[in-house]
Amino acid sequence: MKSLLVYLKDYKKESILAPLFKMLEASFELLVPLVMASVIDVGIAREDRPYIIRMCLVLIALGITGFVCSVTAQYFSAKAAAGFGTGVRHALFAHIQELGFAEMDEIGSSTLITRMTSDISQTQSGVNLVLRLFLRSPFIVFGAMIMAFTVDVQSAVIFAVVIPVLSVIVFGIMLITMPLYRKVQSHLDSVLLTARENLTGVRVIRAFNKEREETERFERENQVLTDAQKFVGRISGLMNPLTYIIVNGGIIALIYVGALRVNIGDLTQGEVVALINYMSQILVELVKLANLIITVTKSVACGSRIESVLRIRPDMKNGVRTWQEPIPGTSGAQTSGGTPSCDLSAPAVEFDNVSFTYKGAGAESLSSITFCAQRGQTIGIIGGTGSGKSSLVNLIPRFYDADRGGIKIFGSDVKEYKTEELRAHIGVVPQKAVLFKGTIAENLRWGNESASDSELYRALDIAQAREFVEKKEGGLNFQIEQGGRNLSGGQKQRLTIARALVRRPEILILDDSASALDFATDAALRNAVRSMKDNPTVFIVSQRASSILYADKILVLEDGEMAGAGTHRELLENCPAYQEIYYSQFRKEAANG
Amino acid sequence: MDKGKRQGQGKTLKKVFRRLGRYRIFVVLSILLAAVSVALTLYVPKLTGHAVDHIVGRGQVDFPGAVRIMIQIGVCTLVTAFAQWLMNVCNNKMTYQVVQDIRNEAFRKIEILPLKYIDSHPHGEVVSRVIADVDQFADGLLMGFTQLFTGIATIIGTFCFMLSVDVGITLVVVLITPVSFFVADFIAKRTFSMFRLQAEIKAEQTGMIDEMIGNQKVVQAFGRGKDVTERFDEINERLGKAYLKATFFSSITNPSTRFVNSLVYTGVGITGAFGVVNGSLSVGQLSSFLSYANQYTKPFNEISGVVTEFQNAVACAQRIFELIEEEPQPPETGDAVELTDVRGNVRADDVSFSYEPGQKLIRGFNLRVEPGQRIAIVGPTGCGKTTLINLLMRFYDVDSGAVFVEDTDIRDVTRRSLRAGYGMVLQDTWLKTGTIRDNITMGRPDASEEEMIAAAKASHIHSFIRRLPKGYDTWITEDGGGISQGQKQLLCIARVMLCRPPMLILDEATSSIDTRTELKIQAAFAELMKGRTTFIVAHRLSTIREADVILVMKDGQIIEQGDHESLLAEDGFYKYLYESQFERGMDETPVRRQTLTR
Repeated sequence: MKSLLVYLKDYKKESILAPLFKMLEASFELLVPLVMASVIDVGIAREDRPYIIRMCLVLIALGITGFVCSVTAQYFSAKAAAGFGTGVRHALFAHIQELGFAEMDEIGSSTLITRMTSDISQTQSGVNLVLRLFLRSPFIVFGAMIMAFTVDVQSAVIFAVVIPVLSVIVFGIMLITMPLYRKVQSHLDSVLLTARENLTGVRVIRAFNKEREETERFERENQVLTDAQKFVGRISGLMNPLTYIIVNGGIIALIYVGALRVNIGDLTQGEVVALINYMSQILVELVKLANLIITVTKSVACGSRIESVLRIRPDMKNGVRTWQEPIPGTSGAQTSGGTPSCDLSAPAVEFDNVSFTYKGAGAESLSSITFCAQRGQTIGIIGGTGSGKSSLVNLIPRFYDADRGGIKIFGSDVKEYKTEELRAHIGVVPQKAVLFKGTIAENLRWGNESASDSELYRALDIAQAREFVEKKEGGLNFQIEQGGRNLSGGQKQRLTIARALVRRPEILILDDSASALDFATDAALRNAVRSMKDNPTVFIVSQRASSILYADKILVLEDGEMAGAGTHRELLENCPAYQEIYYSQFRKEAANG
Repeated sequence: MDKGKRQGQGKTLKKVFRRLGRYRIFVVLSILLAAVSVALTLYVPKLTGHAVDHIVGRGQVDFPGAVRIMIQIGVCTLVTAFAQWLMNVCNNKMTYQVVQDIRNEAFRKIEILPLKYIDSHPHGEVVSRVIADVDQFADGLLMGFTQLFTGIATIIGTFCFMLSVDVGITLVVVLITPVSFFVADFIAKRTFSMFRLQAEIKAEQTGMIDEMIGNQKVVQAFGRGKDVTERFDEINERLGKAYLKATFFSSITNPSTRFVNSLVYTGVGITGAFGVVNGSLSVGQLSSFLSYANQYTKPFNEISGVVTEFQNAVACAQRIFELIEEEPQPPETGDAVELTDVRGNVRADDVSFSYEPGQKLIRGFNLRVEPGQRIAIVGPTGCGKTTLINLLMRFYDVDSGAVFVEDTDIRDVTRRSLRAGYGMVLQDTWLKTGTIRDNITMGRPDASEEEMIAAAKASHIHSFIRRLPKGYDTWITEDGGGISQGQKQLLCIARVMLCRPPMLILDEATSSIDTRTELKIQAAFAELMKGRTTFIVAHRLSTIREADVILVMKDGQIIEQGDHESLLAEDGFYKYLYESQFERGMDETPVRRQTLTR
């Protein structure tokens, strides 16, 4: 929690002034019973009307100053909390954007989303409450006791007994209920899960006529939740009656001691009234304090969950090598600026005995992979599900670091490049077609912000997407909804391909990104890519043999190992794994034909 | 505009009260208990006042009188505490019951919402209505009950007690106090729209967080972290401002009401003190009055707090009711028949359909399918193949024309029996949280162990399942985490293999399965399709070729219809599609030779 407090740094003034003003307000409040006591003991006893009026004016003055102080405090605390929330949100969001693939795999995006939303809100309201109340409530509780001592030490002893007893009850009940509330929360989570599942799986659930069962399941879970809520409610409902008994017990004791003390003349009637007043003030503030502590503990818990994310440092070290067009005729390894750059005459991608394991995974996902792709070549990668195809291409833009072996891009190890430079020259089309809310043009310009409309169209042409984009209302300015809901799977895929092409990449990676395309479109796409003027090095990952048939080199993967490499014809002759894949897709036709 | 909003709130409250009706007993009990506990709570200051009058000064203390009063205070206290506790229990019970009912109601609505609604609303938003909004509403309701009843009872009670002691001072209290109520109401009304604005910006931000953090890898691959953060900051700044406004202005309520209280207190002090001087009041009575003044004003403070919370709760309730009152799918007519003895006769007569009114997608579509026939739907990406499935399963209703199964319009049969006639495997694999067993037996929970294993074996997933530590009892989490897309699809296939319905819909059913495995399960598939009317959406032309009827779709239209041979002979779009699978000249591979020999 501590490290989050830096986000209050810009609001130092507010964070100090808010509680201070609250304390001022509280001290004015504490004076009120004393003023009233003197009204009784002096004004009434001496029948001094002007004195009574004067004292009442004092009361009004106290009220006004209290009001002004309190509003000031509220403003400062709201401002500080707003600034704090904004600051933490920004910091966390920016931090998450810096995390690498490995870290994202480990944490999972859904947790991060919770941290970003509810955890921060919770922490924020915690900060707001603390600034407002943390000084006020204890101040009034102990202030009242101290005031009582100044009035009469013997009667004040009752306060010294009542306050600890009240604290035990109030805090004890909170301690008992807190874990119960956590349980309620977890029941709530399972209710939430069921609700969400019934939305995401609506087609299957309805196809299997499971509506009734699902409703029953939901109602069962809801029942468990309600029972838990009622149980906690019953315990926390004890708080008010119990504290009421204690406080009134205190008042009875005060009357008794007061009677004794007044009888021997050590105490006045007005003072007894003041003491009773203080006693009633304590309870209200103690309950507030306890509530505050609950909120604070919750906020601290949320705060430390946020902190734990902020503490995660991407374990990938950035390189220094830049990517510059080499001066013709030179190797381009050294530029005038002194920063080393890449060597475009070297092989585009070289894997030397590369092995890779995902964090937390038991077995290697890639073992001892070696191959070399020359600039401009098309490399096909084929293999069954889970054979390591995606893992392999993910190593090229350095989404992950290999455990062993070396990966060279244009002559230099991937780790030597500045990652943003490296990735700026690699166009990746991921398996899952993800588009963002915004226009088609905005989405495409993710690839290259400064691309002109004609460049966008060029990319759309290659990606076989121009036709449908032009048919959409507004063309390039067609609004894509969140998650690309208003586009079909194939349209999304083609747009993600165009997005990668807009950046005119040196290396283009198509990670099974034509799976939603029909054969005709897929073929036209491959043709268009092949005839691209920039002549990029292309990696095509696919399960379809027809997609990679014409590659200059085909890598066959099986359980993370290289089962073969070569052209279609070579592999068909000497690679059993490839033969099996190939014939599973084409032999059957021969048989049926 | 303000009035309209108020009316909306009023309507929402009415709906809340209607749902409260079932728990009338608790409401009544709660009100009674509130009255008892408040009456006694108020009696105590009066007793305390009497006690103070018994201890006037040195040597003027009436001990027996004071002790008698102390005992009375003690008894009152105990009874009050008990009543309070019981009231809490009642409030708890009815609040959580109502909330439970509303959640159930909302969920039952989800189950009958038209697919159109579910497809066009972000799931997160719907879920947040059922969960977060209901939660917030519960908090507001509980707070409302516990504090509103006691609050009102306290106000009335105190008023009576004060009247019984002194009319003049009572007037002072009664005249000043409403000020605090007006202040609170004034602030609450103005902050309501601020809270709404804050909620809206928050929703916008959450949407963006969902998108950008959910897809952080894509953002990263394109190095867009900075730009995205900038856009985020813009929303974040707005949220900060809205938060400040809403929080600050709503937080003025407490100080203002406290200030009004202090005015009341002073007013009582001054009139009371004069009263004592005049001899019309005792010091003890003044003391009880001071405490009444506090008691009387406190509920006003609390009520204003409750009002803020309540505003929030009502806003949430509004959102829940929006969902609950959403138009459900057309209910089944009373004479909807159970579709029995489905043999697989499917017919479409002049069907037209569109997702958006005005944008005709499918027009004048006719189709006749005999039992056991295989219908393949092909066409370029996004041509509306899944739309047909939506119509067949009646996920969506046709705009005009009709779809018939066994010569009955599917709108005249129960959805249940229609859907039971189909087995469906979708490209978008979905598994529910539960064990693998739960998932496979989803269509037939009564299936025996042997039948389940047979289905899993036929789908070539049995050996994988067996290798899992808990086998068929392995728990699958949301989104089927831990198993691959292909394995998920195999489980979906096993699910259908087990129920063996008379008709099948396979939408890219093997898209995520590698071809070697696919080849292995083809046999099982072929056996399954035997004698069953099957609709297949596929890219792989080898699957398509064996179909009895091929529907070639383009831009939502069925442009060609026929079997493989006749379509090739037609030399139309199908031929183009078919041949493009084996694009550009290949002379020696077996593939080309096959196409030529055909």
